[in-house]
Amino acid sequence: MTDPWSLYNDKVMEHFRNPRNVGEMENPDGVGRVGDPICGDVMELYIKVKDGIIVDAKFKTFGCAAAIATSSMVTDMVKGKNVEEALKISNKAVVEALDGLPPAKVHCSVLAEDALKAAIEDYLGQQKLKKQT
Amino acid sequence: MRRIYLDYAATTPTHPEVVKAMLPYFTDAFGNASSIYSYGREARGAVEEARTKVAELIGARSEEIIFTGGGTEADNYALKGVAYANERKGNHIITTSIEHRAVLEVCKFLESRGFKVTYLPVDEYGLVTPDDVKRAITDKTILISVMHANNEVGTIEPVEEICKIAREAGVYFHTDAVQTVGHIPVNVDELKVDLLAISGHKFYGPNGVGVLYVRKGTKLVSFMHGGGQERKCRAGTENVPAIVGLGKAVELVGQEMGKEAERQAYLRDKLIKGLLEKIDHIRVNGHPTKRLPNNVNVIVDFVEGESLLLSLDSEGICASTGSACGMASPEPSHVLLALGVPPEQAHGSLRFTLGRENTETDVERVLEVLPGIVARLRAMSPLSKSQK
Repeated sequence: MTDPWSLYNDKVMEHFRNPRNVGEMENPDGVGRVGDPICGDVMELYIKVKDGIIVDAKFKTFGCAAAIATSSMVTDMVKGKNVEEALKISNKAVVEALDGLPPAKVHCSVLAEDALKAAIEDYLGQQKLKKQT
Repeated sequence: MRRIYLDYAATTPTHPEVVKAMLPYFTDAFGNASSIYSYGREARGAVEEARTKVAELIGARSEEIIFTGGGTEADNYALKGVAYANERKGNHIITTSIEHRAVLEVCKFLESRGFKVTYLPVDEYGLVTPDDVKRAITDKTILISVMHANNEVGTIEPVEEICKIAREAGVYFHTDAVQTVGHIPVNVDELKVDLLAISGHKFYGPNGVGVLYVRKGTKLVSFMHGGGQERKCRAGTENVPAIVGLGKAVELVGQEMGKEAERQAYLRDKLIKGLLEKIDHIRVNGHPTKRLPNNVNVIVDFVEGESLLLSLDSEGICASTGSACGMASPEPSHVLLALGVPPEQAHGSLRFTLGRENTETDVERVLEVLPGIVARLRAMSPLSKSQK
């Protein structure tokens, strides 16, 4: 049942309680690590890419429920997308997919977007390196 | 699901006998305590009876008790009241870096009005060093404010020793005793404080009522101007039901305080011992012995406080944290930082504060549930990798 005074909506709580795609990845094609433990949130996002398509994504997050729920959601959203599409996933889209976050917690979703971008950039950087050699 | 409340330092449920004592003053005995007819006299009698009870609990005289709208108001009144009544004498105030915001924010406000404030550091246990107080006093110092016990880590400050220093220097001393009155013995003459703040809802009284004890002869300006109630210090029609409730709460804690403190200290120690045994990379904040009987505050490494809190809440357990992601301020607890706890660890703090309704079963339940929650969150945390 929805609790109208709950800090988070049911969908966010569901992702916090049962986050998807938790864990490290063996031989990832891209890794993004963002955040700062001093600020209370750190996110690591790993992606597996095959023929330009992100076939798998995993995460590890230290942070509040919003940070964990957005990590869970963004890793779900990115799977099956090609790299260009994935780069367009904004924190706003993640928040919308979660049916919203309290205003004070929206900044936590920026972490998810940043981690995804960092992981893709890491992947693209490695690709460039491979082409050069 | 059975809920387990372990946040008694935040607020306490109003004691059923307190509620019972208050009820007639909403209806049958509804009078204004300033009226001279029978309804008014009934209300006046009830207010004065409550005043006597509060005075007795803390070893004060009835005329030194001023009823306020709560602990925050009492702290505000003490600081602003003394500051504005003594500004010709000086403009310097000494306090600590671990005070409740009801003191810290008032100090910041006074700084904006030209007062100078010294915020004393504390040691790793949260103790203020009396010598630091002595050294901070100047000829401009008019007030020293040090809390009796800290609300987050439970450390009990050497108030008696600091009061002695204040008195020798001829400086007023205020203590925020919101966490101690009703929990451990507090006597204004033994401590030698000039001002002391009390909050009703921290010891099974109603919300919205508190007390400022003001030693006779202390110079302070009126806090609320109006009809001259509370010896012209705090105008406004008395909140008779709340004051009666506070009086009843004082009476009840007076009867059971010693026994309860002992019982809660036993549960506290059992909880601390169990947490240290069952969870690795965990440590206790605050002083090992100079500690409130009901306070447990720990840091759980590699996990964040809000996640811990919400996971405990899912199990029906209500606790508190010094982490503050997206709350009033993004900074973790100023108290933990003052104790020297690194910010990344302060985000993983967890506070349990016990009360009269907690039992050994409650403690056992926390010890049964928390290790699993911590393990789950750590499995998710990139910070715990290096520890595997």
